[in-house]
Amino acid sequence: MNAIHDLKQVAPATSLYANRQKVYTKDVYGPVRSIKSAIMVACLAIYYTLPWLRWQRGPGVPDQAILLDLWHERFYVFNIVLWPQDIYLLTGLLVLAAVSLFLVTSLFGRVWCGYACPQTVWTDLFMTVERLIEGDRNTRMKRDAGPWTRDKILRKFATHWVWFWVAFWTGGAWIMYFVNAPVVVVEFWTGRASSEVYAMTLLFTLTTYLLAGWAREQVCTFMCPWPRFQSAMLDDQSLVVTYQAWRGEKRGHGKGEAAEQFGDCVDCFACVHVCPTGIDIRDGIQLECINCGLCADACNHVMEKRDRAPWLITWDTLTRQKAKAAGRTEKLHLLRPRTLIYCAVLTAGIALLVYGVLTRATTNLSIIHDRAPLFIALQKGDIRNGYTIKLANKLQLPAQYDLTVSGLPALQLALPEQAPGFGNQAHLNVPAGEVGTFRLLVQGHIASPAGSRPLLHFTLHNATTGEARDYTAPFFTRAEQD
Amino acid sequence: MPSKIEQDAISGTDTTGHEWDGLKELNTPLPKWWLYTMYACIAWAIGMCVLYPSIPGLHSYWHGLLGYSTRVSAMAGWHEMQSMHAGAMAQIGKTPIEAVAKDPKLMETALQSGRITFANNCAPCHGTNGTGRAGYPALGDDVWLWGGKLADIETTITHGVRSADPDARQSMMPSFGTDNVLKPEQINQVADYVGAWWGVTQAGTDTTAGAKIFADNCAACHGAKGEGGRDFGAPPLNAHVHLYGGTQADIVAQVTHPRHGVMPNWNARLDPATIRSVALFVHSLGGGE
Repeated sequence: MNAIHDLKQVAPATSLYANRQKVYTKDVYGPVRSIKSAIMVACLAIYYTLPWLRWQRGPGVPDQAILLDLWHERFYVFNIVLWPQDIYLLTGLLVLAAVSLFLVTSLFGRVWCGYACPQTVWTDLFMTVERLIEGDRNTRMKRDAGPWTRDKILRKFATHWVWFWVAFWTGGAWIMYFVNAPVVVVEFWTGRASSEVYAMTLLFTLTTYLLAGWAREQVCTFMCPWPRFQSAMLDDQSLVVTYQAWRGEKRGHGKGEAAEQFGDCVDCFACVHVCPTGIDIRDGIQLECINCGLCADACNHVMEKRDRAPWLITWDTLTRQKAKAAGRTEKLHLLRPRTLIYCAVLTAGIALLVYGVLTRATTNLSIIHDRAPLFIALQKGDIRNGYTIKLANKLQLPAQYDLTVSGLPALQLALPEQAPGFGNQAHLNVPAGEVGTFRLLVQGHIASPAGSRPLLHFTLHNATTGEARDYTAPFFTRAEQD
Repeated sequence: MPSKIEQDAISGTDTTGHEWDGLKELNTPLPKWWLYTMYACIAWAIGMCVLYPSIPGLHSYWHGLLGYSTRVSAMAGWHEMQSMHAGAMAQIGKTPIEAVAKDPKLMETALQSGRITFANNCAPCHGTNGTGRAGYPALGDDVWLWGGKLADIETTITHGVRSADPDARQSMMPSFGTDNVLKPEQINQVADYVGAWWGVTQAGTDTTAGAKIFADNCAACHGAKGEGGRDFGAPPLNAHVHLYGGTQADIVAQVTHPRHGVMPNWNARLDPATIRSVALFVHSLGGGE
């Protein structure tokens, strides 16, 4: 029993879980806040207006500049129309996005997290709404701790009401990237939109409301994988939001001689109070820090009041901070092997992607041999094989194709569903942006040895653009002559 | 048997009360989220049982409050498809078959309907996509017993071959062997003569006797040069395609005691528009004239 009592001393009964400490952010102004606000407004403006941008593509094709038409399996990006076969370009785009994220992070830390990430942008927007309706940090804290008065109920209701509509607008705008915006707006409000549209709008409304209104910094700290592996992108030369400890310590304030022992930091917690993730930047670089730099703005005001140099909290590298602490100055190394490699990968990737977009096939051809019958014996001893042609015309204009075949002597082609009669060529017409399906018959007098399976080489020539495509398909014949 | 439930000093959790060789086990409660998810699943399962067909009885079963049945929903889908194509099918029924062939819109429906009807009704004998087999003609080739034009095919399907329909295609090849019209030796001679057309007769065989027998007995229906006679459903014999096989023995067997194919008259089972669709589909297999 003694041992257990000893254990109790060492390991007190603690829970593995901790309740969230609600973060009450204080309003702040300054250059960093202005830049952050400008980027926020720009991001929101792009998000909400982009689906309304029009781009004429001709009759029968949606005129939305950016439209990811999942239902019809087409992605429209200005004058580029992508088919499901082009999905690798999207993979390329995502890879490039990841590499640029690596590059920016290795240069300037998690600026993506602090400024452009949708979670940050919408949380910022929701916090602004909250501040406008419920007041600044101290007012909100006092009201939240107090009883449920009429004023508190009204203000809370108003906040959530506005949040909900912002969330609804956000969810609705998301849908517009997938269905034609002007059409879906009318359909939505007249009850004629598909149930998918309503369900998706509701889903994205709720997630926006929950993530930006309630979850906030918890998304960054607990849900997002990016902060978890950011340390692999950062090094001693990355510019990150930094508390200059060599200047700030020892923290505290006093008067007269007592002031001598203290550094610039007066331990006022202004930096903590403005932090959207509720951390103390003076603890150094940490998982929760999204590198937004609002703490720098907050600190600058304090420094100004106390006639000290601004930017006690600033953007700097670990190396430079070490040097400064030792009284030296160190140069900024933006060009270092890591960033140069990222740049090279990025440049190569962009070049590849552009090359891929410019040279992507505008015609997709497949010629599939019939499963049954494998071959047809004809009266005069000729052998005929049936195929199905799938021909995708990815151009935005109708195309005329000529199909020829080689591989066996004196082969003849026919499209029995288009025109009767065999010839040396088959003519296929496919309307703009469509897939044509044709039945093809190939016949010839085959005097091949038993058991052989010759291959036919089809050549498709686009009479409109001059593009040519090849396809190889087997030709079956009887195993032995009877 | 829980003998002695005690509280653990460190975690504050009760033990299960069991003891094995001095080991006790904490009765740690399940995580709340897990427990509530399980309760929700149980409630969901009960709800599904109440709403949908679920519990079997001796003579019937619980039909569920929603009255759902896969058979009813499948039939609803079938009726929906039928009504979707009803207009086009009625149009096909009213339009002459040659005119349907020239109308791409009607053809789309006709070929689709024909393909499905063929697979359900014709493929068991004629093979998938009209592959054909011994005794059942291939439909994609250029050999036609009763004609390969659209109207011919439609008539054959409608009234059948040697079927119960009075308008059926009728013909009968005499049993040259079993009725003693020809002697076995003569049958061998005519088989030599016919087989030479596609090279199963040994080179250098004298076929003059066979030629004479053919001219006297066979040419009336099969043509002087064995080119076939569609009025009698007599297949061409100077061809590389053989309904009942192409060996010497096959020829002898057929001349001695002929087999005759039978096809039902489909007007008893299918409506005219569907028959027309099947005729168009068969014609499109590649052999249509």
